[in-house]
Amino acid sequence: MDALPLPADARPRLSPHYVFRWEESQSAFILLYPEGLIKLNASAGAVLARCDGARTLATIIAELQASFPAQGAEIADGVRAFVDLACDKGWLRAA
Amino acid sequence: MPKETHGLSLDGQGKPLWLSLELTYRCPLKCTWCNNPLDFEDYAAKELSTEEWKQVLRDARAIGALQLGFTGGEPLQRADLEELVAHADGLGFYTNLITSGIGLSEERLLALKAAGLKQIQLSLQSTRPGLTDALVGARAHAHKLEAARLIKAHGFPMVLNMPVFRHNIELIGEMIEWAAGLGVEYIEFANIQYYNWALMNRDELMPTLEQVREAERVVNEWRAKLGKAMTIYFVIPDYYEGRPKACMNGWGAIHLTIAPDGVAMPCQEARVIPGLAFESVRDRPLGWIWHESPLFRKYRGLDWLPEPCGSCAEKEKDFGGCRCQAFLLTGDAANTDPACSRSPHHHLVQQAVAGVAAPLRFRKPLVKRAAGAVSTAFMED
Ligand SMILES: C[S@@+](CC[C@H](N)C(=O)[O-])C[C@H]1O[C@@H](n2cnc3c(N)ncnc32)[C@H](O)[C@@H]1O
Ligand code: SF4
Ligand code: SF4
Repeated sequence: MDALPLPADARPRLSPHYVFRWEESQSAFILLYPEGLIKLNASAGAVLARCDGARTLATIIAELQASFPAQGAEIADGVRAFVDLACDKGWLRAA
Repeated sequence: MPKETHGLSLDGQGKPLWLSLELTYRCPLKCTWCNNPLDFEDYAAKELSTEEWKQVLRDARAIGALQLGFTGGEPLQRADLEELVAHADGLGFYTNLITSGIGLSEERLLALKAAGLKQIQLSLQSTRPGLTDALVGARAHAHKLEAARLIKAHGFPMVLNMPVFRHNIELIGEMIEWAAGLGVEYIEFANIQYYNWALMNRDELMPTLEQVREAERVVNEWRAKLGKAMTIYFVIPDYYEGRPKACMNGWGAIHLTIAPDGVAMPCQEARVIPGLAFESVRDRPLGWIWHESPLFRKYRGLDWLPEPCGSCAEKEKDFGGCRCQAFLLTGDAANTDPACSRSPHHHLVQQAVAGVAAPLRFRKPLVKRAAGAVSTAFMED
């Protein structure tokens, strides 16, 4: 991965032309984009649902930690790793 | 929170994730490499109505389809394209238009945008007006450039599709340069596949191995230069690779194509295979056709594979290649794709490649896609 880690005050949002939504037939969040589609697991879906260009990365991590208090550190690492991956893949942009 | 944060799978789980609607086979162009059926003109009278297409869209969503391509022929020939895009968008499809650009006015582009169209794939055959026009058999180059400009001006993501063959393969570098100037994000060099019109013209269209290698070198040079600004899709054609393509990700796995007359197919070429029982959405529910019909079950999965595929580790990746190519070259769709070097019929592909390298004393003229250009009486049953 050549992208730099996103700073905590960055406000990630979905790239243009990407559609993120719940898909009943997959019982999952999905990402639709020009070259294809991806089914997201529950944690990735929970992160992307918060990448609205308003919340900062720090806020997103804090919100998810509040929902799963027992796993604080793990969540922070997981969210950062996923957001960096999603930026690298071009799904997310930092606003 | 679950551990597998990067668990991003794409498995159809038996659903036709990718739906292609061939709205019509009508088209103002006459491409000699066209993969539409030879008897394309017979479909005009049998095209599904607007309401029938809408029913197809609803039924396909009900069995899990998500990505949707409107293609043809030239889909802009259908005056109800905007209405169908709007219906599909409302159902939750990600809608793509696959077009030659002929008929794409600014007015229609705006209507398509309003209808929810997400992406446009535009085909362009060369960077030189005279050559493009000669290749497609009409004054098309200027219209295509104008279409490209409009598509970008209205903010659509665009795939530029260049079907590649002997007459234009040396223009790949020029095409990339032109596309980069326009801000195209994705360019696809589609080494043409030899079905229908393309198969008829194969010996004249097929590039030489030197041309293919040189094209690959040029592509790699541009990839290094442009980096992430542009994705350049180019794969060495299966005829030269000794490995078959993972055709359609497997038969009846994630792709579903509906022909203008409502016939459902695992891929757009499947009708070249004789003896298969094709079903139309006019006669049978789409869900039954996809899940249950003998056609879709025939080559689904890996269990039916013959040797050498059956005992080959590659089968998980390529599913034994393309059924249509296996039929067209070996006479039996259930054979290993002869593009594979392990196929007992691989010499057929090698002969075709060798034939291209040998200097010919004369070349046949290319047969343009046109009604009556070839006799298709033998196709009637
Ligand atoms: C059959 S066309 C229909 C859409 C439109 N008429 C056009 O040509 O863009 C769909 C796509 O297939 C490509 N194509 C046509 N014949 C082909 C062949 N034999 N092998 C590979 N691609 C082909 C075209 O360049 C186009 O991008
Ligand atoms: S490939 Fe050419 S002839 Fe065939 S449908 Fe497209 S534009 Fe028409
Ligand atoms: S033998 Fe069959 S499975 Fe093995 S590489 Fe060839 S086509 Fe693929």
